Amino acid sequence: MKLELRDVSKRVGADIHIHETSLVFEPGAFNVLLGATNAGKTTLMKLMAGLDMPTSGQVLYGGVDMTKAPPQERNISFVHQFFINYPHLSVRDNITSPLRLAKVRPEEIKRRLDETADLLRLGPMLDRRPHELSGGQQQRCALARAIIKDSSAVFLDEPLANLDYKLREELRSELPVIFSNRGAVVVYATSEPAEALMLGGYTAAMYEGHVSQFGVTSEVYRQPANVNAAQVFSDPPLNVAQIEKRDGKVNLSKQFNWRARGVAADLPDGAYTLAVRPHFVRPAADESAQIPLHGEVRVTELSGSESVAHFNLGKDIWVSQSDGLHPYKVGEQHDFYLDDTRCFFFGADGRRVV
Amino acid sequence: MKTENPRAWFLVLPVILLVAFNALIPLMTVVNYSVQETFGNNVFFWQGVDWFEQILHSERFHAALGRQFLFTGIILAIEIPLGVAIALAMPRKGIWVPVCLILMALPLLIPWNVVGAMWNIFTLPDIGLMGYGLNNWLGIEYDMTQSPLAAWVTIVVMDVWHWTSLVVLLAYAGLVSIPDAYYQAAEIDGASKWSVFRFIQLPKMKQVLTIAVLLRFMDSFMIYTEPFVLTGGGPGNSTTLLSIDLVKVALGQFDLGPAAAMSLIYFAITLLVSWIFYTIMTKESKE
Amino acid sequence: MAKIKLDNIRHSYFPNPKSDDDFALKRVHFDWEDGGAYALLGPSGCGKTTLLNIISGLLIPSHGKLQFDGQDVTRLSPKDRNIAQVFQFPVIYDTMTVYDNLAFPLRNRGVNEAKIDAKVREIAAMLEIEDMLSKKAAGLSPDNKQKISLGRGLVREDVNVIMFDEPLTVIDPHLKWKLRSKLKELHQQVKTTMIYVTHDQTEALTFADQVVVMNFGQVLQVGTPQALFDCPEHTFVGHFIGSPGMNVLPAQVKDGQVWVAGQAVEVSSSLESLPEGKLEIGVRPEYVRISDTGVEATVRNLMDVGRHKVLETLVGDIKVHVVLGENQQVSSDRVHLQFEPANTRLYAEGWLVDLQHEFEEV
Repeated sequence: MKLELRDVSKRVGADIHIHETSLVFEPGAFNVLLGATNAGKTTLMKLMAGLDMPTSGQVLYGGVDMTKAPPQERNISFVHQFFINYPHLSVRDNITSPLRLAKVRPEEIKRRLDETADLLRLGPMLDRRPHELSGGQQQRCALARAIIKDSSAVFLDEPLANLDYKLREELRSELPVIFSNRGAVVVYATSEPAEALMLGGYTAAMYEGHVSQFGVTSEVYRQPANVNAAQVFSDPPLNVAQIEKRDGKVNLSKQFNWRARGVAADLPDGAYTLAVRPHFVRPAADESAQIPLHGEVRVTELSGSESVAHFNLGKDIWVSQSDGLHPYKVGEQHDFYLDDTRCFFFGADGRRVV
Repeated sequence: MKTENPRAWFLVLPVILLVAFNALIPLMTVVNYSVQETFGNNVFFWQGVDWFEQILHSERFHAALGRQFLFTGIILAIEIPLGVAIALAMPRKGIWVPVCLILMALPLLIPWNVVGAMWNIFTLPDIGLMGYGLNNWLGIEYDMTQSPLAAWVTIVVMDVWHWTSLVVLLAYAGLVSIPDAYYQAAEIDGASKWSVFRFIQLPKMKQVLTIAVLLRFMDSFMIYTEPFVLTGGGPGNSTTLLSIDLVKVALGQFDLGPAAAMSLIYFAITLLVSWIFYTIMTKESKE
Repeated sequence: MAKIKLDNIRHSYFPNPKSDDDFALKRVHFDWEDGGAYALLGPSGCGKTTLLNIISGLLIPSHGKLQFDGQDVTRLSPKDRNIAQVFQFPVIYDTMTVYDNLAFPLRNRGVNEAKIDAKVREIAAMLEIEDMLSKKAAGLSPDNKQKISLGRGLVREDVNVIMFDEPLTVIDPHLKWKLRSKLKELHQQVKTTMIYVTHDQTEALTFADQVVVMNFGQVLQVGTPQALFDCPEHTFVGHFIGSPGMNVLPAQVKDGQVWVAGQAVEVSSSLESLPEGKLEIGVRPEYVRISDTGVEATVRNLMDVGRHKVLETLVGDIKVHVVLGENQQVSSDRVHLQFEPANTRLYAEGWLVDLQHEFEEV
């Protein structure tokens, strides 16, 4: 069963929360909604689930128009950011509640419970109450309740956001396994690019109520259609600068210019927005990073496995990210090296020039 | 859930009918009476706004209204600060919390005419504990049926005893919702107890205090049972508050027209003052 | 500014603790130099908040002493210790303007208005909130509110240490890095001792010069981000730091060699005088290679993380991650793993076995 949105929009008073959007989600892989906090991910999810009515457009489940149907009729599951469990029921009763409501036979309930509890490693906790569990366990209980139902669509709204960092990593790698072979459409909202990349599947990059791009995750990452899609997928933030292409050279400013190579060479002359991901701006030259950029280091962030430096490039602030430890000093003048073949160029309309 | 469902209206229908019968229709009846004159036997003479004019110019009405505002003003001035002070003093954690909450709730559970009767007996100069005690042990001359001052003091004290608990419970609810971190930060900032009250506790209680003030205003403005059972409006008409006067006109004199007009004016004043109060108190949160 | 000395601090929430399990903090004993940026890193329930509250004075430890610059402050109130704290959610005085919020701690201490004005403006400029000074604090966004919380700590000149209790919890994800960098920048400017408590390794490692990794109420390792990454002294530290964390596999020692899943593996630890206990090897995904020989593993998932790829494999039923280059492909579902000897370490009962001489850092 596929989930389709046709020209769905949401207006509240004079504000447009979601601009006209058409999307098709297929089962079998994660469909990720990626965007900043107010980009509209939760709103869009609620429209798909039936928790909210669109101002215009249609929501179709397996080709059937369900726009006006309430969530109860759509056979869906929803997992929220804040672990939502029935506080007065045991974990077992929590997980089996949708099946008991649907009056499924007790043997069938037991079978599915065993299978689900096993998958989410909740076996030893079935008789406890939610408040006796840790955050991660509570969220797994909510997840169990969502998947035991065999719904046609499962919606996960930033389900890992309230968990500890390491717990998030672990649960995240288990999610694709949990949802494989279910035949349900899985829609997952997140604001972290790394999460979208790790889950794979398809991604809809969202920005201020628009879906900037929808496609296979790694393609949206490698070939962003516009500046917004490129920025959404970047953490640390994308390096952006205005450039001019003239006489076979790319001119960032009087100081920084270089002979155009690759994609840049084929650009017609004119003004463009250049964007490049931080890990293509390196602290030292190597075979691919050749273009020197000189700037004053303002902030350094050194974690065990990578070094990040924020530096002034003219009036912009650019970020360099590299593996390993590079001993920057704040305030020093440093030469960073840009791999110009990995730059994106965007035209005046915001769309990427290929 | 914002899904439109027209069937939901049917669920509201019984309530609509109930409100119509119990409120709207009687209200319309009162409006009807307020613009007519009747001597009974279902014979009506159109009076237009005559009753309204008469009431609004009546000295008796002004006096009752004045007494009412005075009463409400005193009540609010005492109960709100007192309620907040008690709430501040109540423990926020531990075994005494439920005990205190129950003690505070007790006065609110007593039927209002019983409250009036209780205080009536309590203040009798010959057999009431307070009446006898004030007269004989403390040497204060106290007789509610003779002295308007004594009557006023008594109805005020009775209302404070009866209703301060409501303010306490509301303020307490506001106080316990303040996270510990605020007190810790204030301690680190070196704030005095007064600063903590002024900058942390009071602002965070603002919403519940708005409700408390509004409720106490409306209730005390409309108050009838307790003062009536206690003093009957006397001595003379010194404690004849607006509602008591209204009942005298309507049932005592059977002047239905003026009584109806007075009811409506009463209603309008209550609504207006409530609205003013509410607007002022919520103005800041809209900025 | 203060040198902080934690002297055999232990804490139990029970009045009569009987065993180690009754202690929320088992034993903390080390020094923090003046002016440094430190982090307390660990999962929920590891004891870091207990330790933070002991340092700030909101909790008195059941055992042990705390000293600031040689002075015993164990029982002093927070106010008398001259500390500042930024909480998980912004704590500001709603009714005051930003200016008044920042001036509040100074006014309470009787500083004269001219000095207050100068200091408030200086700190506001540092935090980049000068254009908001006359606005009501209540209407600002969470990250600006947190800046005000921080500002109240910075205006006071006598602050010994500023503590941060998971301060980025309520900040929008796309603003987190900005505030994080700002905190780092501020530390580099102000040089006050700062202690940052978090469960997020990125926050801890990017902010701190030295990180204290905690779990089970114990300090497992204190070190620079580099040391924690290169040489974790406990398997938990290795696993907790790094994304993905260190791979830990059970091992045996036979005939002077280390064996993992039936394969001989070279390690950097010394095999002489091995301590008793369960043996494991730890190796970071960055130091695992795919080759034709080595430990057998089944491929579970290949994730494209943008800058590089992460291969998730199973050795027996243990997950082993491998970091691969951006364009590397994996064709089959059975692979052989090689571990770089210099970065493969041996652990006994979770603790690092001493390195061989040639592998020790100079």
